[in-house]
Amino acid sequence: MLKVERLHHSYGKAEILKNIDLGVEQGEVFVTIGPTGSGKTTLLRLVGLLERPTSGQIYFDGHVVNNSEKQRLEIRRRLAMVSQKPAVFNATVFDNVAYGLKIRKESGSSLRYKVINALETVGLAGYDRRDARTLSGGETQRVAIARAIVIQPELLLLDEPTANLDPVSASHIERLVDDIMKKSDMTVMMSTHDMFQGQRLAHRMGVLIGGEILQTGKPAEIFSSPRGRHIAEFVGMENIIAGIITSNEEGMVDIKIENNAIEAISNFGVGEKVYAGIRPEEITLARTKESTSARNTFAGEITRIVLFGPLARIELNCGFPLIALITKRSAEEMNLQTEDRIHASFKATGVHVIKG
Amino acid sequence: MHYIVDAFVLAVKLIFTGNHEVYAITARTLEISISSTLISALLFVPLGCLIYFKNFRGKKGLISFIQTCYSLPTVFVGLLVFLAFSRAGPLGIFGIMFTPQVMVIGQVILVGPIVTGLAISALSGVSPAIRETAISLGASRFQSVWVVLKEARFAVLTAVLVGFGRAISEVGLALMVGGNIRGYTRVLTTAISLETGIGDVALSLALGFILVALALIVTVLANRFLRVKEADVAQSRAPTS
Repeated sequence: MLKVERLHHSYGKAEILKNIDLGVEQGEVFVTIGPTGSGKTTLLRLVGLLERPTSGQIYFDGHVVNNSEKQRLEIRRRLAMVSQKPAVFNATVFDNVAYGLKIRKESGSSLRYKVINALETVGLAGYDRRDARTLSGGETQRVAIARAIVIQPELLLLDEPTANLDPVSASHIERLVDDIMKKSDMTVMMSTHDMFQGQRLAHRMGVLIGGEILQTGKPAEIFSSPRGRHIAEFVGMENIIAGIITSNEEGMVDIKIENNAIEAISNFGVGEKVYAGIRPEEITLARTKESTSARNTFAGEITRIVLFGPLARIELNCGFPLIALITKRSAEEMNLQTEDRIHASFKATGVHVIKG
Repeated sequence: MHYIVDAFVLAVKLIFTGNHEVYAITARTLEISISSTLISALLFVPLGCLIYFKNFRGKKGLISFIQTCYSLPTVFVGLLVFLAFSRAGPLGIFGIMFTPQVMVIGQVILVGPIVTGLAISALSGVSPAIRETAISLGASRFQSVWVVLKEARFAVLTAVLVGFGRAISEVGLALMVGGNIRGYTRVLTTAISLETGIGDVALSLALGFILVALALIVTVLANRFLRVKEADVAQSRAPTS
């Protein structure tokens, strides 16, 4: 459906995108994920043919996009883009949604039917006569989505559709996007900085950091085995500990860290520098050193306790910093206080070994 | 005070008793200033679009130059048009000196920079995101410019109205190239200046009131037109069920 090859883009001297290669299959939901400023919007703008890349090729449906304005317009009419902060035309909601159809020469009852239908899909039935500029952020985003899906694009581009919304509106919009994707066979390319949103919506993801695609794959793959420290940090792997592999017996490795060792499963050879990544929620805490199947147990002191919602984030000093995420209830039942001595354990299979 | 009341009464009388000459002057005034405003709008709003949407060297300088031309003295433009269209001038062969046509040409030159410059300001008041949105929804270059122009419609109308104000109120050019010929090129402003010159201040004031009233009516109508159009749009989209 869409293929991007060796795409580079710079604004002046600032190199925004470096050597981007990616492909999006027909009917697929491909999410580019990365922190703010990583080039996600630029990538979507290039794919949406709003800008021309400094170098590299974009293929749409097997055809290379060339420089002719006519061909670019033809292709642009087969896709639609929703920007991060959508602008609405100074007109009614109906006219806003109808715009794409009108320039495709649709009119009369079929135009009407499609617009009303699209408004229903996004949950704005009955809003057609409202002045689009009086809508709230969430409603504006819905109008923008309706305006894009009403033309039934072959490729829908969504740039951080929930980034500028309050949490409630954001979750509504996310559900809406999910519904639309499931009900239609539209191919979708979306960007987000929210790892969890990406994981919920994507068939495949590409991690874009610093203008480079560092990893592509299924969300679960990226989440469970991030390739590299940046991705690990980005996907919420809060404990990243540098070390060196000191032994490897059929995939069971010892990683030497500070003055301790972590056991893990990995293919890295002896002497290789690695990072051990451990998700905070995979760490269990105990008052006493219990016998457990978990291969790694470290004694440490609680340096900080942060409560949020039903969860408690416990920061430990075990000679190296370690963060555990447990329920607030557990923390209360164990009566955890700062400066308490405590044992933290995690399984060898819970350690994600990343190349250092 | 006395004068003004008298003049006002006379003005009302002149308007409602159907004084032929006043009607003729008023009609000619509207004819000339509306023609020159419409021609300017048709020529210079697109020119404003062209300048705003195209990137070229010297764009800023050009815009400054246009803005400077807002205050072109009417007598100076009058002089240039006079030199160009007088018998011995390069455009003398057209033989339109001292006609309403040459007055329209002169006014177009006066109004053009205002319409162009204010149209550019009007367009720059529209967020660039609007044009991008149109493009991302499949608009061609022309269609996207049209969207921006529609967004800026009030400001563009203001530009045209300001142009009209300049056209209807100027006197120097009308006098120089029109000649204030009774029943032919005499307009409200030239009539006022003539009547004041010969001492009929009351008539001058009456004509002045008519002039102000005209400007007011045209502005109100233009605004009304825009608003009605918007209401129409909303109405036609009303659910049919």
